[in-house]
Amino acid sequence: MDVVWLSRLQFALTIGFHYLYPPLSIGLGVILVIMEGLWLKTRKPLYHQMAKFWVNIFALTFAMGVATGIVMEFEFGTNWATYSRYVGDVFGSALAAEGIFAFFLESGFLAVLIFGWNRVSPRMHFFSTVMVALGSMFSAVWIVVANSWMQTPAGFHIVDHGGMARAEITDFWAMVFNPSSMQRLAHVLMGAWQAGAFLVLSVSAYYLLKRRHLAFAKSSMRIGLTAALVASILQVLTGHASGVVVARHQPLKLAAFEGHYSASAPAPLHLIGWVDETQRRVHGIAVPGLLSWLVSGDPTHPLTGLESAPPGDWPPVNVTFQAFHGMVIIGGALLGLSVLGWWHLWRGSLFDRRWLLWCFVFSVLGPQIANQLGWAAAEIGRQPWIVYGLMRTSEGVSKVVSASAVLSSLIMFTVIYVLLFALFIFLLDQKIRRGPAEDEASGVYTRHAF
Amino acid sequence: MPFSFDLPTLWFWLVGALLTGYAMLDGFDLGVGSLHLFSKTDEERRLMLNAIGPVWDGNEVWLVTGGGALFAAFPMVYATVFSGFYTALMLLLAALIFRAVAIEFRSKQPMRWWRAMWDMSFSASSILCSLLIGIALGNIARGVPLTAEHEFAGSFLGLLNPYALLVGITTLALFQMHGAIYLVMKTEGKLQRRAKSWVQRAMIFFIICYAATTMATLVYMPHMPVNIREHPWLFALPVLNMLAIANIPREIYFGREFRAFLSSCAAIAALLALFGVGIYPNIVLSNPLPEHSLTIYNAASSPKTLRIMLAIALLGMPMVLAYTVSIYWIFRGKVRLEPTSY
Repeated sequence: MDVVWLSRLQFALTIGFHYLYPPLSIGLGVILVIMEGLWLKTRKPLYHQMAKFWVNIFALTFAMGVATGIVMEFEFGTNWATYSRYVGDVFGSALAAEGIFAFFLESGFLAVLIFGWNRVSPRMHFFSTVMVALGSMFSAVWIVVANSWMQTPAGFHIVDHGGMARAEITDFWAMVFNPSSMQRLAHVLMGAWQAGAFLVLSVSAYYLLKRRHLAFAKSSMRIGLTAALVASILQVLTGHASGVVVARHQPLKLAAFEGHYSASAPAPLHLIGWVDETQRRVHGIAVPGLLSWLVSGDPTHPLTGLESAPPGDWPPVNVTFQAFHGMVIIGGALLGLSVLGWWHLWRGSLFDRRWLLWCFVFSVLGPQIANQLGWAAAEIGRQPWIVYGLMRTSEGVSKVVSASAVLSSLIMFTVIYVLLFALFIFLLDQKIRRGPAEDEASGVYTRHAF
Repeated sequence: MPFSFDLPTLWFWLVGALLTGYAMLDGFDLGVGSLHLFSKTDEERRLMLNAIGPVWDGNEVWLVTGGGALFAAFPMVYATVFSGFYTALMLLLAALIFRAVAIEFRSKQPMRWWRAMWDMSFSASSILCSLLIGIALGNIARGVPLTAEHEFAGSFLGLLNPYALLVGITTLALFQMHGAIYLVMKTEGKLQRRAKSWVQRAMIFFIICYAATTMATLVYMPHMPVNIREHPWLFALPVLNMLAIANIPREIYFGREFRAFLSSCAAIAALLALFGVGIYPNIVLSNPLPEHSLTIYNAASSPKTLRIMLAIALLGMPMVLAYTVSIYWIFRGKVRLEPTSY
């Protein structure tokens, strides 16, 4: 096994595992703001009880996100040193900005969120919740900017630096607002909102089915369902916007999304399919011309196919295809479920539809799987490039790190992460079983005497 | 090498300031962690955990931001050191993960074996982190073998040389002293008396290590004191350092714990400033073949990036300092166990 392959596997594993938690934190952050805002406005103890319960869950996911996030920051240097040398001038500033503008904000105010209930006024607590929610979204802003720069690089030029070529910034804002960053950011954030909303829905539906904490569950369900519906509708729109950008700037990636081989032809949209990479065709159900119409408004518009480039420049087609279609199918299902849930809520029949509640219990997996698949489609679809059109993944790897060193760290991280995941699920399950504390909250807070 | 005030030099000190912030803040967290097993009862251990409870997470952000700033300002150093120290860094990452989850998970279950397991994990990983940070600093001070392309040419075992190990142990001693002082500040009663005895012992341990490291540096690392010899006013740093350390037992004796803590912070800042003065203008000295060294000039990003980063820092750091101070203010006073505590 070679270093490039092992390093890619390690990066995929660590980022995939890390990416389970930040979307949950971002999504729950928004919901916490809603709940605490409602409490501040109405002073109903129910909202206070809700906020307290969900802060506990938030704290657990946040801690997991932090613990696994540090790895990401170091891995560019440890495993991708040549890449870091080449693009550090451009790419590093986004990571540093994430630290300064996002991490300090969220980790600082998180302390108030968890430990500050009796130390600060309700207004200050609400303010902290807003800051944490903002901080977690700022974090997404900078990390998506950095990643989008790898997808659609802009605002730089290549210069000779001490005998080695490297990318240097020419225009910071062009780097930040590179052609894909805003569309991708919106898409990622909506995925995160969905992750939070469907977790709330899942737990509330479970309580309703078990006939426990009914007032709490019904109210949480209403908030969760509203958030889920809004995020799921916006998700379709942002997904479409992202696709248009991919078509314009990364045509080969779009071709891989749809298994579109012929060099230049109108492309169909597959609902489902399997790419036969040797025969260069897709077996599945397709709507002719729909992809061309979606990205250009004209069903006969020819799209660039894989065969316009040498096979050495193609991403792995079937994997990209499946990841992309898996994401789209789950996204559609989540939208359908949100609409159905909302309709039953409006009719007043939601809380009696046991089968629908069971759907919601399991729906928590949907955004998580879709987020993972979307990320995989974006990253695998970028291959063989680490920076699109500029540097190949195989060229970016560290030269001084041996395959055995990467393999041992890979094994170490796998063991740690499996253990952590088991613990996370165990503790999450305990918290959910214990349920919200029968509330003491009268809305009065006592300041401690020092 | 005369000191100049250009962008790379400024960034050398700014990255240094972030890492000093990390050492002062996460230093006491790590110290508390490494002392954790010295307390025996569950209540004491919970008090110790909750003394750092609201702040440890924010403290660790200094490391993450320091890493990000190093990446942006000196990408060559970031790439060379992180890939060169691969195994050591992976161990550090594992220790940081275990530490974070130990703090988070320990008090979530009442079983004795559960708590004992996380207590061990918390303490062992805190000790390992302190040692590894010190070993990395020791190797940077000593110099590491670099190729003409600035790639690391040594091995993991080569990093575990006697000098680096000595600096590692000194760092552990320093953080233990710092953490013990923090505990004196945050606790009361029996635990505070116990923490005071830890301060005494940790100080003795630290002063012995400090003396040994200083001697070893003067004897075996002749390049480290060169800048100070050339600029005698820099002697103020070691003097400040010694005064700060000497002030700690005095403040503890008079019961002025906060001042003792500030003294300890000053000692850490002075130590790292000495380190910075010692290596400047190199960041990673190549040893042997010093002509392959990574200096603040051949390792820096373009002036444009350094200026952009400066704007980001000028915009961001005042906010960071403002909410760091507010959080510490909100959680001031002696630690008490509450329903929301760890």
